[in-house]
Amino acid sequence: MNKFIFYAPIAAFLVLAIVLWRGLYLDPTELPSVLIDKPMPTFAMATLEGEPVGNVDLPDSIFLLNVWGSYCLPCLVEHPTFMRLSEEGEFPVVGVNYRDRQPLALDWLDLNGDPFAYSILDEDGRFGIDLGVYGAPETFLVDSDGVIRYRHVGVLEENVWREVFLPAIAELRGAPAAPASR
Amino acid sequence: MIPELGQFSLILAFCLSILLGVMPLAGAATGNRLWMSMGRPLGAGLFVFLGICLFILGHAFVTDDFSVRVVAAQSNTLLPMQYKVTALWGGHEGSFLLWTFMLSGWILAVGMFSKSMPVEFVARVLGVLGLLSASYILFMLATSNPFDRMVPVPPADGADLNTALQDIGFILHPPTLYMGYVGYSVVFAFAIAALLSGRLDAAWARWSRPWANVAWAILTIGIALGSWWAYYELGWGGWWAWDPVENPPLITWLFGTALIHSLAVTEKRRVFKSWTVLLAILAFAGSLLGTFITRSGLLTSVHAFASDPSRGVFILAILGVFVGGALLLYAIRAPLIKSEFGFGSLSREIFLLSNNVILVVAAASVFLGTLFPMFYQALTGDLISIGPPYFNIIFVPLMILLVILLGIGPISRWKKTSGDYLKQQLGKVAMASLLLGVALPLIVLLDISIPATIAVALAVWIVLGIGRDLLAKTANKPSRREGLRSLTYGYYGMQGAHFGVAVMLVGVALTSYFSSERSVLLQTGDTVELGGYEFLFAGSERVAGPNYNADRATVLVTRDGDGDAVADLYPELRVYLASGTPSTEMAIDPSLWRDLFVTPGEIRDNGAWTMTVYVKPFVRWIWLGAIIMALSATIAATDRRYRKLARVRKQAEETAGEKVGQGELQPVPGGGT
Repeated sequence: MNKFIFYAPIAAFLVLAIVLWRGLYLDPTELPSVLIDKPMPTFAMATLEGEPVGNVDLPDSIFLLNVWGSYCLPCLVEHPTFMRLSEEGEFPVVGVNYRDRQPLALDWLDLNGDPFAYSILDEDGRFGIDLGVYGAPETFLVDSDGVIRYRHVGVLEENVWREVFLPAIAELRGAPAAPASR
Repeated sequence: MIPELGQFSLILAFCLSILLGVMPLAGAATGNRLWMSMGRPLGAGLFVFLGICLFILGHAFVTDDFSVRVVAAQSNTLLPMQYKVTALWGGHEGSFLLWTFMLSGWILAVGMFSKSMPVEFVARVLGVLGLLSASYILFMLATSNPFDRMVPVPPADGADLNTALQDIGFILHPPTLYMGYVGYSVVFAFAIAALLSGRLDAAWARWSRPWANVAWAILTIGIALGSWWAYYELGWGGWWAWDPVENPPLITWLFGTALIHSLAVTEKRRVFKSWTVLLAILAFAGSLLGTFITRSGLLTSVHAFASDPSRGVFILAILGVFVGGALLLYAIRAPLIKSEFGFGSLSREIFLLSNNVILVVAAASVFLGTLFPMFYQALTGDLISIGPPYFNIIFVPLMILLVILLGIGPISRWKKTSGDYLKQQLGKVAMASLLLGVALPLIVLLDISIPATIAVALAVWIVLGIGRDLLAKTANKPSRREGLRSLTYGYYGMQGAHFGVAVMLVGVALTSYFSSERSVLLQTGDTVELGGYEFLFAGSERVAGPNYNADRATVLVTRDGDGDAVADLYPELRVYLASGTPSTEMAIDPSLWRDLFVTPGEIRDNGAWTMTVYVKPFVRWIWLGAIIMALSATIAATDRRYRKLARVRKQAEETAGEKVGQGELQPVPGGGT
């Protein structure tokens, strides 16, 4: 047998070690999304209530895509923000019910109130993978062309809304003609 | 003053570990018996001084010495005593000290239970373990000293132990997991010693097997404890989440499982030698990688409660030196190893080879899935995540294949088995498994699901296969009893571990497919029905714990229909005094057949509680299976032939006198097996 085959493990290990070393200097708290300035991934899913839902059902205006779960305590913290937004009605909120159980999710909305235009049911987290989601809660800002413009990881409290989202929205409105592709 | 003694003791331990890493190895290389014989006493000394370090750090925790930085960071005067002691491993520095102490414990054990092995071999094993200890202690002294002081002004009180860690699961899980992890250092050292001596033979495999079994047994329990702890402490009733920090122990475990099987082939048939040695290195690499991932903050996860990049570089260096060095040694030495016997295309060797291929592919997939997001970020700067779907898609089919083979392997014969023989032995077993797979879930749970049917059929396949093999093995004996007695511990260990797999399989499948749960808002007196049980919220009260205040709800569970009382559950919402951290304490009524589980959510202004109730059938079987596997591996490790070897060796020593111990003597091949 070719004796160089025995060098394969050490070669593989060296590659791994270099990547690990580089990995140490990456900042895992800084979470850009692969999808920033790219269109929403194509999807054909069902809502929590079992209705089919796809890209055509997304709002035509600027909207928020909020990743949530009934198990997620921080989601309860940001929940009032979304309730207020849904009452005001200027920015629709679409939910992604991420890695949850459908009955628990419905119970959660019953108990706490439902701020979502609808929630996309993502029981096993596949849609979350397409979106590059790390975990609930996360909120995406999507423009009227269906292009993802901003991603917020963690709780979206009122101050985040004022200091991050409102300026981002203002900027979007100032420059609405950005090409959708790329 | 006392912590400085700890520091001093740690430095002494470092000096001893350097000597341990140099003298026996140099002795083995030059044939100097005196140097070789220094291994055991140096190992014992290392154990003593690291023990002193651990004791002194424990003393600082127990006496609330907040001038010691880790005590200030992880403890508090209000903390109950058992958690003050265990807060020691609630952070990075203490964890590492415990880890290193356990390594020295394994070194001591190797010194004590290696009397039957050649002195030269033992010297090399102890030397490798000494180098490993030296690097760990250097790491502590350089980047994470547990005895660091807070100067000039120590805080009046400590910041408190993370509330999620104030729990029995935390007392048990980390030490057991570390113990199992570190056990693979011993198996690794055996492999390196064999590579260094160039004598990679059946004797090496026989010496390694009990150690590989014991390390595997402890790691199995460690992982099971982690799963059990996550199940009841994290509150959503999941028992495995493919979390980036859960995965490395699983990777190590999969390599370790492959290793146990491969060692058997190497010992009995003297084939797969270079493959077996590679597995020993990979299992150890998995354990170091686990440390690296947890301690470097490389991957964000619930476990990353202690992380720092500069430490990551150091651990990566340790990983590079030991794993890189071992693989280089392997690349140089392995081509010289020759398999001594061939085997047919249908034989036990082939089944065990398939087992190895499946387990290694599974380990590699888990590894890639765990690190892929990081690879991706390193190469493209973008982030992605990989979730349970990826792992399930790859892992589940592999395990199904593995379990099918698992039923055939033990019945097949070494060298060559005829297909007709296998058909005759297993034909009926296969039919019965299919029938029972459909029937059992229907009878027990009055429900049907295809995945559950497959899993139960596979479990029955294992159990009936074991029965069939027992019948065949005892058929030619005068009586069954005598037949059963003639079988070895090694055999019972193997079949017991396989039985454990069947038990776990049933637990995993039934709990995944037949669990039910509901979230509800309950006023006092309200009830909720679920899975044939009625949960009554009977009210709540304020209670004061040792270091927390809590609202405790009383939930009375009765069986639907007849109204028989089943359990009283007391879930709590706690607020810890020291940190002000809220915490939910779920309440569980466990039983062999199902768990009833209540997680409190929050209390509304009108005194109503939100709660989630779960009924989880057969969930205990998951951990029961792990316990059976671990016990069986321990039984196999006590097989007579390992002890018989010790006796043979001793006799040889008595007759041969002086010459023994130079490593020329080979243990009697076969050892009577």
